Amino acid sequence: MEVLNLTGEEMLDLLGAVEIVNFREAITNRADNYDIAFVEGSITRESEIPRLQQIREQAKIVVALGSCACIGGVNCLKNHLTMNQALQMVYGDSAKYYDTILARPISAVIRVDYYVRNCPPITSEFLKVVKALLLGRKPEIPSYPVCTECKVAGNICVFELGKTCLGPVTRAGCKAICVTGGRHCWGCRGLVDEPNINSEEEILKKYGLTVEQVVEKFKIYNTYSEVMR
Amino acid sequence: MTRVNVNVHHVTRIEGHGNLVLNAKGGKIEELRWEVPESPRFFEAMLVGRHYDDVHHIASRICGICSITHTTASIQATEAAFGIQPSEQTILLRKLLYDAELLESHVLHILFLAAPDFLGVDSVIPLAETHKDVVVMALRLKKLAYNLAETLAERKTHPLSCVVGGFAKLPDLNVLKALRKRLADAYADLDVTVGLFKTFKIPDFARETEYIALRDPKEYAFISGQIASSDAPTVSINDYLNVTNEFCVPHSTAKYTRNKRDAYMVGALARFNLNFKQLSPRAKKIAKELGISAPNHNPYMITVAQLVETYHVLDDSISLIDQILERGLKGEGNKVKPRAGRGIGVVEAPRGILFHDYVYDDRGIITKANCIIPTNQNHNNIQKDLEALVPEILDKSEDEIRLMMEMLVRAYDPCISCSTHSLNVTFT
Ligand code: SF4
Ligand code: SF4
Repeated sequence: MEVLNLTGEEMLDLLGAVEIVNFREAITNRADNYDIAFVEGSITRESEIPRLQQIREQAKIVVALGSCACIGGVNCLKNHLTMNQALQMVYGDSAKYYDTILARPISAVIRVDYYVRNCPPITSEFLKVVKALLLGRKPEIPSYPVCTECKVAGNICVFELGKTCLGPVTRAGCKAICVTGGRHCWGCRGLVDEPNINSEEEILKKYGLTVEQVVEKFKIYNTYSEVMR
Repeated sequence: MTRVNVNVHHVTRIEGHGNLVLNAKGGKIEELRWEVPESPRFFEAMLVGRHYDDVHHIASRICGICSITHTTASIQATEAAFGIQPSEQTILLRKLLYDAELLESHVLHILFLAAPDFLGVDSVIPLAETHKDVVVMALRLKKLAYNLAETLAERKTHPLSCVVGGFAKLPDLNVLKALRKRLADAYADLDVTVGLFKTFKIPDFARETEYIALRDPKEYAFISGQIASSDAPTVSINDYLNVTNEFCVPHSTAKYTRNKRDAYMVGALARFNLNFKQLSPRAKKIAKELGISAPNHNPYMITVAQLVETYHVLDDSISLIDQILERGLKGEGNKVKPRAGRGIGVVEAPRGILFHDYVYDDRGIITKANCIIPTNQNHNNIQKDLEALVPEILDKSEDEIRLMMEMLVRAYDPCISCSTHSLNVTFT
């Protein structure tokens, strides 16, 4: 019954969906082979790798759920330290008890079929993907940037207010909720397919901001991305 | 000679992974362990180098269930470091936001995670068939808490609008007014829950331990106050390290804690035991109806204490909305001026006292961070409870023993943040 351990808030809404498509029974069964495996979280330990590979072997479809699984997410922030430094910092003299490796998204370890992005994942998007998969369709996910949705939401662009935002290079699908909530985009959905980093730089220049400011923001979810490496 | 062997790998209906191990032979316990084999998380290491404006955004992600609590503790730690005193308006909004989380978290635990044990089903899924009304009611309460949090912070999980110094966006008063009505309607649902709990047979077990919680002379403390203990005088939150005394154990990646005794308890029952007098009259009345009085030393009663607290939180949130409606809200333009120094933020998470401790440089960048979560403070107490409980029930069947042990762990509502969970779905 890992459903209950999984996404906390979202699980209840999942139950609703389970009823709709009527595979409630299946969820209570713990079978050896399954059609869809949802994997949440990034990989931070050696011992998780074989576990994940086993899931890949047993499942027809693997879906990465949430920013950590999809792009590495906030866990990768520790990657700027050596793993010994990180262990020492948290566990002090007892560091020897623990095993940790550079944090990474699950796609760095196994093949991933679909992604349910965002931190936290958005229930409606999750359900859309589940339903599409159940119907044997390919889920559609936007490939344009957050700014497009932000304008639709009627927000004032935070660059106008002298702040920085990762909306121009981040994949949409969240309706720019963070800007609507009075903040800015941190890039939790990962980059658009062909991020135009130059356009972000141009915007920065226009508003007299530095690349470093953006890089620091970018690290929060996307330390693991190609652009950072 | 009878052999008892209970091995529960991944106790279900808790957040994260935990294992129970029991080996007994001829009435003698050879092995009894509550294991927490989680992947180590490095939030402390991840916070170092971050700018104050991003710190609570990251700290929120320590836990998806109590992200409002982590955000609040984080913001308060940063404000303490910078010498910022939040406005009255900010405090009212923060308390209300906190109430939303406590309401949601308690309802989820009471009705979805703990109740199935008493109703003789193994999870909330069969419950949806046998007790559909209970599930529908829980979902209604959960939605109410969600909507309240969304109104205040745009999102319940990983809230957005609450920031260092205040709120980046203010809620709509008309929406708050409508929510007030729904909160007032929610008592009826809670009354049904109380009726249900009166029919439950709570295991009869007691082990007195040290109880630790925030205490504020002004009110039943959730996001303010100092550290109170059943065994020692109240101490300043700045001295929290002298209370938590963390230590590492090889079979668990979570750090353990102890203070005056070999272990202590935090959470709803600890708060109830220490601050009972400050509960709202209605909550006190419900406590009496449910047959719980302070102090209570039965850990299985944690869930009952949560139910009592849920009434208090409904009363509190309605009163907060009334105060907000009366004074109105105004944009306060949160000015934040970073300065070098250390700040400590303490909040009662639904599961117990939570500490965030940061050191900043003069640019507002974190140079050192520490965070002690409630679940880790309870692990050691869970172990000691098991050591007291199991000898009392060893003559029962393995199934009964397993259930009693699992129920004990679940009563604590442990939330072991985890870096990889997997959900397997099969359909044909
Ligand atoms: S606020 Fe951010 S997401 Fe919105 S338009 Fe501006 S850059 Fe794009
Ligand atoms: S606005 Fe950016 S950070 Fe916020 S949810 Fe959308 S993609 Fe994530």
